[in-house]
This record gives sequence, structure tokens and C-alpha cells, in this order.
Amino acid sequence: MIIAEKKPIEEIIQEVKEYGRILILGCNECVTVCEAGGKKEVQVLASALRMYFLKEGMEKTIDERTLERQCDHEYLEELREDIDRYDAVLSLACGVGVQFAAEKYMETPLLPGVNTTCLGANEQRGVWTERCQACGSCVLASTAGICPVSRCAKRVLNGPCGGSSDGKCEINKELDCAWQLIIDRLKALGRLEEYESVAPIKDWSTDRAGGPRKTVREDVQI
Amino acid sequence: MRLKCPSNFRIVRLPCTGKIDIHHILRSFEKGADGVYVVGCREGECHYTSGNFRARKRVEQASSLLDKIGIGGERVRMYNLSSGEAPLFVQYSAEMDEHVRELGPSPVRKAKGIGEQVA
Repeated sequence: MIIAEKKPIEEIIQEVKEYGRILILGCNECVTVCEAGGKKEVQVLASALRMYFLKEGMEKTIDERTLERQCDHEYLEELREDIDRYDAVLSLACGVGVQFAAEKYMETPLLPGVNTTCLGANEQRGVWTERCQACGSCVLASTAGICPVSRCAKRVLNGPCGGSSDGKCEINKELDCAWQLIIDRLKALGRLEEYESVAPIKDWSTDRAGGPRKTVREDVQI
Repeated sequence: MRLKCPSNFRIVRLPCTGKIDIHHILRSFEKGADGVYVVGCREGECHYTSGNFRARKRVEQASSLLDKIGIGGERVRMYNLSSGEAPLFVQYSAEMDEHVRELGPSPVRKAKGIGEQVA
């Protein structure tokens, strides 16, 4: 899922202080699961902002709302009738949701309330780690299910590099060397001979190198 | 057991302090409370194993947030006792009452212009 973390309240205050009527807009998907922008986080932030501005003697209307998703037209359309009541919307969705809402409602400032960090997994409560960089041409079939693109600092496709020591990466001693993990898993699978085959040059045009990407599925289009 | 307890606070009952969330604490301040204290079971004695530890972390987070918005993180506290320790509950309540009186009315209540001090 998409991982995000809450922006510091000080930064959010700076973002919204010039507006009088503010909607704090949560999202029920990824940011709810990673506890950065769901209904609860909307409630906490709205309450904190209301108290802050009240204390500062600044009159504000701060409302709360959480949509099922902010990356889909049908849910964002639910705002259509109410959006004009607000001077700004503070979205706690990932960067996708903020932008999609901004595209739809051209005359209302859309502000981000979270920092979107990565595509990751929930390793343990409160810990999320990156697992995918959406490179657009998956190599996991030949790397024992461990991604060298997202988990190797150098994105090395024939690793490990010389910076791997005792199974850790040179950039951070806490970080597993992705290629050590790949070798260990190939061993466990009894397929270590696959390590000998050299990976061909990867087509990076499907990654960001090819510019912003677009996925079109004619089979599901109506 | 006839114990004298401060009467200026309102008890919100929860099935376990693990149920409490930061927004419950913040809403209390928004509604005009000058202080909030969460009373959970003794550490290590939670029926649900970690409910009171979760509560403590949320109290700490609420406290940090209240500091950042200028309300004062010291206005929220967590206490632990067993359900059989009524005198201790009274002692903690009196302690909190005194603590909040020293702090004075919350900036939110002052801004709202609400009268009497409540904990």
C-alpha cells in the first residue's frame, strides 16, 4: 500500500492559517491503514487546529470529512455540492488523492496534510518499509521474490556490490543487503544456480525515466 | 468507606483504557475541560494485556500535541491503580485537582469565555 506520515502540526498551521473555512478531508484507504490520514487522524487534527486558532483569537470554521477514496472520481464527486462552502481543503490522502481532488476542484486550494513516503509493507505495528518502486517491469520472478530495484540502494540488478558486508548495506548497517537476501532465498528454494545467470539490461522506460506514466486497460473500459 | 473526593470532574467510563484515543482527550479540552486524567489498571495487570500501555502512549501523544498547540501538555496525565484502591483514586483525583488549579483555566476555555474551572 501507499505509506504516508503526518506532517508536523506547525507546518499544517502555516499552510492553513490564511483561510477561514477549512475542510479536513481524510481517506479511508491506505492512509487509514498506516494511521496517517484516516477518520481518526482527521478528528485529532481538526480538534487540535480548532483549539489552536481559538486560542489565537482567529475565527475559523474547521469541518471534518472522510471519503472512501480520494483517487476515484465517484467518491470525490461527493464533495461537489459542499466544496464552495470552504476556502481551502486540507487533504490527508496521499499525493495522488490531493492532486486528483485539486484537478477536480480548480477554484479551491487543496493542501497536503501528510508526506507520502513509499509503497511499502506493514512490517510490525508502527513500522513500514519500502517494497516496490513501481518501476513498471517487475523482475521479482528472477530475483527470488525480493526486489533489487526498491531494496538495493544502488538498484543493482546483478549484485551484490562491494558495499555489502555481513549481509548489510554500506549505506546503513541496519539495512539488509537486498542481494544477500536474494542469495539466501535462492538457496532456501534450492535454485542457487539461477544466481549465475546475468540479468539483461532492464527497460527503464517504464520507470520514471520515461516520464509520467499512464496505464490504459481497454479490456475494462466501458 | 466514606472518602472525600473533589467533585469538579466528570467521569467518562470506558471498558478498558485501551479504548481511549487521542481525539477523546482533545475533545474534552475542546469542550472546556482544564485537565484530563486517564485512570487505568496497574501496569502488568491489564485484562487485555496491553490496554493500559496503549492508553499511556496515547496520553503521551495527546500531551505532546497539546504542547505544540499551546494548550499545555501538562494538563493531561495518566494514573494506574487497581479497581480495589478507592483511597488511591481519591488521592490521585485530589492531586490532579490541585495540579490543574495551579495551571489555571485552559486557554481554550478562556478563549470561549466559559466560567467555572472544571477538570
